[in-house]
Amino acid sequence: MDSFWIDPFSFIGSQLAAWLTGLGLAENWVSLILQLVGALALGTAVLILTFLLIWAERKIVARIQDRLGPNRVGPYGIFQTVADLLKLVTKELITPEGADLLPYNLAPLLAVMSVVGLWAVIPMAPTLLGADIHVGVLYIVSVGSIGTLGILLAGLSSNNKYALLGAFRTVALMISYAVPMALALLVPVLLAGSMSMQEIVLAQKGLPFLLLAPVAALIFFVSSIAEVGRAPFDLLEAESEIVAGFHIEYSGLKFGMFFVAEFLHAFTISALTAVLFMGGWRGPWAEQYTALGFLYFLVKTSLVYFVVIWIRGSFPRIRIDQMNALNWKLITPVALAGLVVTAVAEKVALELGAPRLLTHLAGNALLIFAAAAGLGAYARAARRRSELLAKASKAEAPAG
Amino acid sequence: MLEPWIFVALLLGVGMLLPGVAIAANWLLSPKKPNAIKQSTYECGIETVGETYVQLKGAYYIYALIFVVFDIEAVFLFPWAVAYDKLQLYMVLEAVLFIVILAAGLAYAWRKGVLEWV
Repeated sequence: MDSFWIDPFSFIGSQLAAWLTGLGLAENWVSLILQLVGALALGTAVLILTFLLIWAERKIVARIQDRLGPNRVGPYGIFQTVADLLKLVTKELITPEGADLLPYNLAPLLAVMSVVGLWAVIPMAPTLLGADIHVGVLYIVSVGSIGTLGILLAGLSSNNKYALLGAFRTVALMISYAVPMALALLVPVLLAGSMSMQEIVLAQKGLPFLLLAPVAALIFFVSSIAEVGRAPFDLLEAESEIVAGFHIEYSGLKFGMFFVAEFLHAFTISALTAVLFMGGWRGPWAEQYTALGFLYFLVKTSLVYFVVIWIRGSFPRIRIDQMNALNWKLITPVALAGLVVTAVAEKVALELGAPRLLTHLAGNALLIFAAAAGLGAYARAARRRSELLAKASKAEAPAG
Repeated sequence: MLEPWIFVALLLGVGMLLPGVAIAANWLLSPKKPNAIKQSTYECGIETVGETYVQLKGAYYIYALIFVVFDIEAVFLFPWAVAYDKLQLYMVLEAVLFIVILAAGLAYAWRKGVLEWV
């Protein structure tokens, strides 16, 4: 009983292992069965969590828009998502003529698989981690891109011109925003000296990386929102744009799986931001009482998820050419400069003996100032260009 | 060393299995009444004209090309970032020079006008 309260996760794991060994199984079968049970529990928990996430999003966006949101089905409308999913289960699976069947059916499975696979490396407590691989950050970038592949398959196999165009635009956007995401992910790796996620959380003793590298945290956050395809970057899948994009020809739970994958991906990037930049499960007494660590992780992730929903309710949708210009002309240069600033500031603080936090904050403030000055110059040049164009067209009009 | 990857493989398998089970449940519970109108390609009610696989604009290829350059750069920077603690200042400045060369490439692409969505 004493051991359960201090470290429930290791306690349950060791009890299960002892029970399985008592049944007479060999050592590696026991560990394989434990890992299978863990994978099933994690996958199911994460997919059931999506019900809560969709409900929370609908209520919060409704309140931002000064209305109530679902409040009929169950207390405060909490079973609304269950009702919606039950409705989707009874819809007919209409397969369009001429569709390529294997990629058409594989695409929703790939989209969900890529998001569920990300949870393997997220440390939720000091002893609750699926797989402590030593290339965790690289794993995140690569498995996150499998979702993009699923979307491309969906668009290509639907035998529909608009699905094809939507899929091309989505892939162009997602690979564009993967560049600043990977560059911003380099900053915690640099500061912690390892790509393993548990090492990055352990290296944030006393000072979360959010304070040491705020620009990198912001860039990771913004480019992850664009990767997921949420507002204000959801041009590619909103119903009023390009005829709902790559998932036009999907019905029933196949469409439901894309929907689930998107909401779960938004929660997953909130968890990643919390782990990489805000200290994950760190907090007072988290090392001794690991359940407290899990609680801190949930609170930080929910906070970041609330900000994601807040952004969705507040900003208008951005056009596709504005999204690309934003990425290649603002976010990627700032990400590159942020990496340079953090690397140089850390070494300078070490060798010159300057206070570490102040050096980093000064470097980041300089970077923000330079980026704002660059944006101002760009805006002035664009305004001058549009004024010249207006003057030129006004000069032509009376002659014509 | 291989042990954590077994969990990753199991979780990816579970990630494909659970939606597969859900879609199978959908297939069992759904009506199956296909007809030609329902299965025709959706284009807001208009008939489609011509082949589906239209030609792409060149802009998509250029974005993919620039993405490949910066992705390879990020991959080269990962080992440098992991070994950062053991480096001295001049080694850090060499990597900064590498980043500056690639940033110059981005500036060149910007001035040449290939980053516009036309």
